[in-house]
Amino acid sequence: MKNKIAVQIDDLTVAYNYKPVLWDIDLAIPEGVLMAIVGPNGAGKSTLIKSILDIIKPIAGSVQIYGKPYKKQRSLVAYVPQKGSVDWDFPTTALDVVMMGTYGSLGWIKRPGQKEKKAALEALEKVGMLAFKNRQISQLSGGQQQRIFLARALVQNAAIYFMDEPFQGVDATTEKAIINILKELRKAGKTVIVVHHDLQTVPEYFDWVTFLNVKKIATGPVKDIFNDDNLTKTYGINYKVSVQQ
Amino acid sequence: MNLQEYIDLVFTDYTLRTITLGTAVLGAICGMLGSFAVLRKQSLLGDAISHAALPGIAIAFLLIGTKNSSVFLLGALISGLIGTFWIRGIIKNTHLKSDTALGLILSLFFGFGMLLLTYIQKLPNANQAGLESYLFGQAATLLESDVWLMVVVTSISLCILLLFWKELKLLLFDADYTKTLGFNTRFLDILITSFIVIAIVLGLQTVGVVLMSAMLLAPAAAARQWTNSLSIMVILAAIFGALSGVVGTAISASYNNLSTGPVIVLVAGVFVLFSFIFSPGRGLLFREIRFRKNRNDLQLHKTLSFMYNIAKTHEDITHPHAIKILNNFQGFTRKSLQKLEDKDYIKVEGTMWSMTKSGYQAAANLYNQLTNNEDE
Repeated sequence: MKNKIAVQIDDLTVAYNYKPVLWDIDLAIPEGVLMAIVGPNGAGKSTLIKSILDIIKPIAGSVQIYGKPYKKQRSLVAYVPQKGSVDWDFPTTALDVVMMGTYGSLGWIKRPGQKEKKAALEALEKVGMLAFKNRQISQLSGGQQQRIFLARALVQNAAIYFMDEPFQGVDATTEKAIINILKELRKAGKTVIVVHHDLQTVPEYFDWVTFLNVKKIATGPVKDIFNDDNLTKTYGINYKVSVQQ
Repeated sequence: MNLQEYIDLVFTDYTLRTITLGTAVLGAICGMLGSFAVLRKQSLLGDAISHAALPGIAIAFLLIGTKNSSVFLLGALISGLIGTFWIRGIIKNTHLKSDTALGLILSLFFGFGMLLLTYIQKLPNANQAGLESYLFGQAATLLESDVWLMVVVTSISLCILLLFWKELKLLLFDADYTKTLGFNTRFLDILITSFIVIAIVLGLQTVGVVLMSAMLLAPAAAARQWTNSLSIMVILAAIFGALSGVVGTAISASYNNLSTGPVIVLVAGVFVLFSFIFSPGRGLLFREIRFRKNRNDLQLHKTLSFMYNIAKTHEDITHPHAIKILNNFQGFTRKSLQKLEDKDYIKVEGTMWSMTKSGYQAAANLYNQLTNNEDE
């Protein structure tokens, strides 16, 4: 069942100035996995996502989404940026931000209508934020802001979801709520790729994992490759994680 | 001259009418586009662009040898755009941060412009007089044709703004995300920057190189205080900008022809100050009031819950206790006791206090509320 490749990356190399941030990454992500990208600070985790999404121009390499270049497959891909990447004091409401998820399918100039609003409200309900739809976004807590970002991606109704540290700075309740939504996405056959920091929760949350530290260290099913050996290779220190399986 | 007379004069006096209309339209377009500059965190870009326009004006004069405001505008536009591209180039290709790049280009271009101005002043050309008015602006030189140009540009930018509203809003909020949805962010970026440059160039004659950026930023900063909606913010900024123009012109015309540009900027500054203090949602005044009220409420709640815990230990909850035993507790003040008595939560008799039934009930509810909140 998991033989179809959703995202295929070949020879991807990215550099800011002289130092390479990502070096010759080959990666095939099968359809329908919930995958964590783990690695130390500066390992290029966010950069990997951003260069897949063409936000950062790689020096070399290619990215294929279901066998075609990303630019032709944008509508299949949704993105949840890091919460800190935007100014939450921007004058707009929660509903408005979620509506932004519909802009891509609308295209240039066309305005969102009732259909788009309905979709946005549904997404808000899914993340448990319907009551806050008219709230100014600066008056939301960190966890609520993260849920809004998630809802915005859900509205895109994509096949592949890229998320940059969705659990950063959220409380335990929100973390559980988010991971349940991600698991639901996987159940619906979607592919979810998450930059993740908390190694303890990897076996519990994810079924696929990629170790990254400028180079790709390993990628595969969590139960096969999430071990001290790979962790040590990635983080450079002797790592002992109690892996419950 | 009273207000009625002045208003009559605006409608009858040709020059005054032109200037009033011109500064109003200028204020409106600056406020409108300034909102985008402020939200894009490009406030300083406006300052750099306006200063960068000065050499363009001087070079335009050197080339044609006469004063012609349309040619000057073109010169200002070109050198303003060159300045903008250099700033972007510096940020993109060096390790310098944007504030350094802005400061560098601003002073470099302004210095070069001043050099050219002093050179021009020494030329044996009678036409050069008044060129330095571009430093601080001279609204009196506005012609009807200038005003028409402003009206046309304002209408065009308004149409473009409405057309690409959705895309521009997206870009302002989350540029990376805009890219992933397939919108050409570079096109949008150039679009919005070009309009900001055009607005600045239009205002140079009236407000001048040095103060122009205030025209762009002040109305937007003031408008942001009053609303949490982008569309209302843009509309408000346009209104504040237009009002600054009209009021500034009126003040300058009524008092010995004070220099119009600085007066307009000061009026815009008053709008900002007023908004920062008095806006209900974000203003300093209401924030302080809310803060104090919160603190007083909390103090009252603390006192009440303390009393509740004492009263609870007795079979008869209305049993009197000595006020003295409250002294150990810091939240207690005479004032808060008085307030609790006013609310009929407690009774004070001499040196004793006792809880009323309603006070006990209120405290019990409060207690439940507080613990529930902690659970959340």
